[in-house]
Amino acid sequence: MSMPFYVSPEQVMKDKADYARKGIARGRSGVVIQYGGGILFVAPNPSRALHKISEIYDRIAFAAVGRYNEYENLRKAGVTYADVTGYQFDRRDVTARGIANWYAQQLGTIFTESTKPFEVEIIVAEVGENVDADQIYRITFDGSVADEHGFAAIGGQADQVATALKERYSADMSLTEALAAALAALAAPGNGEDMAVGQLEVAVLDRTRTHRTFRRLQGARLEELLREIRPASSGSGSPAGAGASGGALAAADDDDAAIGPSAPDDGNPTPGTSTDPG
Amino acid sequence: MGSDFEGFRRPGAFMAPRISSFADFLAGYAPDLLPGAAAHRSPATGAEGAPWAPAGGGGALTDLPHATTIVAATFDGGVVMAGDRRATAGNMISKRDVEKVFRSDEFSAIAIAGTASVGLEFVRLFQVELEHYEKMEGRALSLEGKANRLATMIRGNIAAAMQGLIAVPLFAGYDEDTGQGRIYSYDVAGGPYEEFRFHSIGSGSIFARGSMKKLYRDGQSAQDVVRACVQALYDAADDDSATGGPDLTRQIFPMVAVVNGDGYNRLSDAEAAEVARSVVDERMQSPDGPKAPLE
Repeated sequence: MSMPFYVSPEQVMKDKADYARKGIARGRSGVVIQYGGGILFVAPNPSRALHKISEIYDRIAFAAVGRYNEYENLRKAGVTYADVTGYQFDRRDVTARGIANWYAQQLGTIFTESTKPFEVEIIVAEVGENVDADQIYRITFDGSVADEHGFAAIGGQADQVATALKERYSADMSLTEALAAALAALAAPGNGEDMAVGQLEVAVLDRTRTHRTFRRLQGARLEELLREIRPASSGSGSPAGAGASGGALAAADDDDAAIGPSAPDDGNPTPGTSTDPG
Repeated sequence: MGSDFEGFRRPGAFMAPRISSFADFLAGYAPDLLPGAAAHRSPATGAEGAPWAPAGGGGALTDLPHATTIVAATFDGGVVMAGDRRATAGNMISKRDVEKVFRSDEFSAIAIAGTASVGLEFVRLFQVELEHYEKMEGRALSLEGKANRLATMIRGNIAAAMQGLIAVPLFAGYDEDTGQGRIYSYDVAGGPYEEFRFHSIGSGSIFARGSMKKLYRDGQSAQDVVRACVQALYDAADDDSATGGPDLTRQIFPMVAVVNGDGYNRLSDAEAAEVARSVVDERMQSPDGPKAPLE
């Protein structure tokens, strides 16, 4: 009668995964989207100091959702990993692929070996010499890596947001178009409503810059961009505004027509489901 | 040295909480990557077995390429840093177009005199150090913070310096808090010593400083300070064999950087050439340069 409870490994993994998913689902989603001049990152974030989007290296940036202390720890580790690699070899030898793999190893190990998995989902993106050379990797709490093309969404409502993003994405968008698409996708049902300037964290990896390409878009520059978007979008149902009423997706269709609905099919919004531990 | 691999090179080291210093992290994680690491491995006195060790305390080490004269001077709202282009190995010229003035970050510049290889390593480490802090903390170090970090890094090299691998930097930057340019100098044991108005380091520094004394005026414009620095380098090259003057035949001219509120800006080759040529033209008439008034 004093037998310890037997819990199957499947059950343990499932419980951990459910736990992590629940934690991640509490936060709002973030998106990463390619445009002609680089890669755009957008995340709803009321804090100006506690960032969800950050610079990792010259051409590489990081976006995360979930528990702040956990992804902040991962971000700092990623910066260190990149700086050590760049110092040891050359700045060009630091790649998003290397960092994504390193994150995958860390998250995979933490998921299998510790009782509490990290409640985070992260994106590592690298801006290339041209659009084809851009790389976007999405890494989930269990260490699965997905190689994304064009755009990616993370967070609790990632699927809905990615679907909305897919409808509006087209190759070689302008920065304004990409931001409009990102905002509209973030306003997808379930991801919260209001998205005032102060509630948004926006950054780009700017292809045209040399050395450090990461730039935050904030203050006057962001307001200017939003002004360009909002008059146009208010005519078609204000997708970035209060759009929880189900009208947001309809509005998304309208805007798609304006932007050009030639979304390539290679963007894979479904999450990588390989929970292969280790 | 087994501890390098067993104790520190664990992946967890990246995730451990620590202060945002890259050099400190490297000292724990991979100390062999720090400048002067080789000197720490061998006893400072004997250095037996090290292939580059000097036989009887002379020879090999003194023949390593050395970088020479650097001049820096402030103007209202910024600072100018200039260096000659010569590297010498003993009595030989080892390189005519070496670059000794570097951008350390957006608002500061660093230049090196002494053993070129050690100096370059310092510069590389210092550049990463500043950027690392900025990325980790989300804000740049204060100018004093940068100067103090550099002092600690120099001090870490003291064992190598005792063996002759000496490199001493000059650091200058734009202080975003006060809107002024500031200069910091160092010795082999560290520092920093804040210098006011102008300073020079390296083998030709005595001549350059004498020249600056007579040419520098408070309230000079940035262009005038650039010209004064190039004049000072000319005077250093005039009297110090290890300092190179403007090389008109090969089109090699002093390297000049201006740091102000707009950030670090290196004068283009054409701009530097223009200043250097006009200085040379003037010296054709007056080989000793501008005459300072007696009173």
